[in-house]
Amino acid sequence: MSAPAGLCCKPGGFHIDPVRPVDRALITHGHSDHARPGHGRVLATQETLDMMRLRYGDNFAGSTQAIAYGETVRLGDVTVSCHPAGHVLGSAQMAVTCKDICIVASGDYKDAHDPTCTPFEVVPCDVFITEATFGLPVFRHGDAANEVKKLLASVALFPERAHLVGAYSLGKAQRVIKLIRQAGYDAPIYLHGAMETITHYYQSRGIDLGDLRPVKGVRKADLAGTITLAPPSATSDVWTRRFPDPVTAFASGWMRVRARARQRGVELPLVVSDHADWDGLCATIGATGAGEIWVTHGQEDALVHWCQSKGLTARPLALVGYGDEEEEETLPPGESADA
Amino acid sequence: MNRFAELLDRLAYEPGRNNKLRLITGYFREVPDPDRGYALAALTGALSFKHAKAGLIRDLIASRTDPVLFELSYDYVGDLSETVALMWPKSPDIAHNNPPPPTLTEVVTTLRTLGKSELPAQLMRWLDELDETGRWALLKLVTGAMRIGVSARLAKTAAAALGDKDPHDVELVWPGLASPYGELFAWLEGRAEKPVNRDPAPFRPVMLAHAVEDSDFANLDASDFVAEWKWDGIRIQAVSGKGDDDRIVTRLYSRTGEDITGSFPDLTPSLRLPGAIDGELLVLREGRVQSFNVLQQRLNRKSVTPKLMKEYPIHLRAYDLLSDGETDLRELPFEQRRTKLERFIAELDDDRIDLSDQIPFATWDALTAARADPVSAGAGEDADAVEGVMLKRRDSAYLPGRPKGQWWKWKRDPHIIDAVLMYAQRGHGKRSSYYSDYTFGVWTAGESGDQLVPVGKAYFGFTDEELLQIDRFVRRNTTEKFGPVRHVTHEPDKGLVLEVAFEGLARSPRHKSGVAMRFPRISRLRWDKPPRDADRLETLERMLRSETTIAPAEPATP
Repeated sequence: MSAPAGLCCKPGGFHIDPVRPVDRALITHGHSDHARPGHGRVLATQETLDMMRLRYGDNFAGSTQAIAYGETVRLGDVTVSCHPAGHVLGSAQMAVTCKDICIVASGDYKDAHDPTCTPFEVVPCDVFITEATFGLPVFRHGDAANEVKKLLASVALFPERAHLVGAYSLGKAQRVIKLIRQAGYDAPIYLHGAMETITHYYQSRGIDLGDLRPVKGVRKADLAGTITLAPPSATSDVWTRRFPDPVTAFASGWMRVRARARQRGVELPLVVSDHADWDGLCATIGATGAGEIWVTHGQEDALVHWCQSKGLTARPLALVGYGDEEEEETLPPGESADA
Repeated sequence: MNRFAELLDRLAYEPGRNNKLRLITGYFREVPDPDRGYALAALTGALSFKHAKAGLIRDLIASRTDPVLFELSYDYVGDLSETVALMWPKSPDIAHNNPPPPTLTEVVTTLRTLGKSELPAQLMRWLDELDETGRWALLKLVTGAMRIGVSARLAKTAAAALGDKDPHDVELVWPGLASPYGELFAWLEGRAEKPVNRDPAPFRPVMLAHAVEDSDFANLDASDFVAEWKWDGIRIQAVSGKGDDDRIVTRLYSRTGEDITGSFPDLTPSLRLPGAIDGELLVLREGRVQSFNVLQQRLNRKSVTPKLMKEYPIHLRAYDLLSDGETDLRELPFEQRRTKLERFIAELDDDRIDLSDQIPFATWDALTAARADPVSAGAGEDADAVEGVMLKRRDSAYLPGRPKGQWWKWKRDPHIIDAVLMYAQRGHGKRSSYYSDYTFGVWTAGESGDQLVPVGKAYFGFTDEELLQIDRFVRRNTTEKFGPVRHVTHEPDKGLVLEVAFEGLARSPRHKSGVAMRFPRISRLRWDKPPRDADRLETLERMLRSETTIAPAEPATP
């Protein structure tokens, strides 16, 4: 079940999250390294299809088919069922059953609490295909609510400065906003232009994010003591000059490691991850009951070693084309200076 | 401990001095005694216990984790303490009982008395009880490697801010205090009188000078002033006093009041008479003053070896006398203090301590000539270590801070070269969206004609408006990007010429060009000048030949 274009299921005649255009694709979630345009037929959750449409336009695929959590469809010689992955809104694991073997492709997932998407569900299977973005035991992400407390304490300590939070615009940003609201902060939160479309989509799906305003056009002095969310790349851009003495925060699982935070010039690292941490990966692998583990991308070596030490068959798939969405999010030309 | 860890964590990422102060003061306000006192001790380097070795930390983690996973993790993180802090698996018993994490006080007081054999088990218990950041701070503390960019002075300033006090006042009472500084915090919070400094050799706030401008001389009368050379060393205060047991206690302070006695055990025996000297720390070899580059070898040393003391003999050149025995002289006019100083130094009669010579002059023109040519005006062979001229009013009392009109410093004109901007790097904090750190180069003959060789880096000297102009130039003329660094067009007829001012030059095997500048800054932007007309390396080499010879080959730790 492996091919250069991504995960391929021959008996079912489809690929999962292919990196090149294919005839039939199953898409686990809307991040651009998993959801690419140009496929013939696309099967995904309604939310993922909507996000692809928002990002790539109406003609992003030849035809589309929505699948709901818990729903099963037949494709060729296999059946496919769809289960929540807890990664971002609409993210799904695809369970593929052929004869009596069940393989679960989990896409990107996390087992931690997230108020902006359906919680992760363990799907018992024979083969579990897992990511390993944070596949080292140094990655333990803790409670994201505590990280948001850190942000709010800083806003209280520096009321004359603006707080700029770098967060990936699909999923992370909305989760951070929701956590800020849950911590009791109800002042307006400002958005970089590149955040608006997806955030409004989240709101349209019934996720209450409170008073959100575009930062464009707001006077510099009025941004003192406020919080603005922006794509990570914008936080070191000329765009930041509109803010009074900004404190640069970054919400990411990578912030767990100091060198990574320092490299980016982050002053307030917030350890908030949309991927399972080390404990989450290990616990999930155990809970699926799978005897065989395939590791798609990230820090495969350590996770494969851990699986083998637990008596599981494990191998890295060494797929290319997937990565860390945060590292890859670049702004369209022109947008950075004027969003 | 977790709250202290949070502070260290935040400080480690915060580049701005004022913001660091706010964070530390906020911590002092929030955290009760004695925890905050031990935090102040940790930040000022006043904690003393035997540090744990890295080997012990490795053993601890090896007892709890898979070696392959540890190696992969260490390889990724790159820092032992941090790797251990992040991957430390809590013992299952602990997770069950959930005991409260140790306080900073508990950690510090336990470490003071703990036997070596008990340390591993105690560390394990704490590692189990703390969170990731807490473990990181604990390991930094016990291994003695804090490195969070906070000086003792900054920590004391933050404490002073708690009670709206002048940091000088904290510095004055500091030598009489001990951790956890209950007395100090009580005074700062207005609950008690100012602690009395019973130190027999206390620091006195230093008097500083204003920079003189050409236009100032019209209003100054030459006969009101005396002049001395401004030596290019480290300004210090050397204080000796009688302790309770009648023995002489000697301390050396930096100009901000930091106790630096420990770095100069070769100077303290010479200060055997009670008194307080204001002077300059220099290195003298065979009676000749060495350059600042040489002196630098003696600064910020943790251990001072006999070899170091022999190769870099330390010397004190006395400018002023603040107290003579028990008598405070600071209210006296400078001229009278000077007479007492001359007598004091004569009585000491020590090779390591001498008097700063005065420069005879009757008119400003005469002093101008002396400043331009220190060799013939009395500085002789030491002229290279002269940084300029000091002017002191004959009647000036010794006042703390920078009082108006009393003392003036008149620096020598800096060296100037025209160099070409080669690379630009983004700044930190307020400047993180600006390309504000510049690497510049000069021409030298290469294999295929003239090429630019980098000779230095500067990140100040320009105005805010000029920063905007350079930033714009960098963004429009970038040829390549490496992370935060941009390669900027630098061709004979395309590029930006920077006028760079600097104080001195030293030979440096670490730089490709073989030279290193002291205190370089951008003094002007030469938009009018094509890069081909910028200076050549030969010009710098000529300057170098006229500078003092410097250190034997030994790594510098500035």
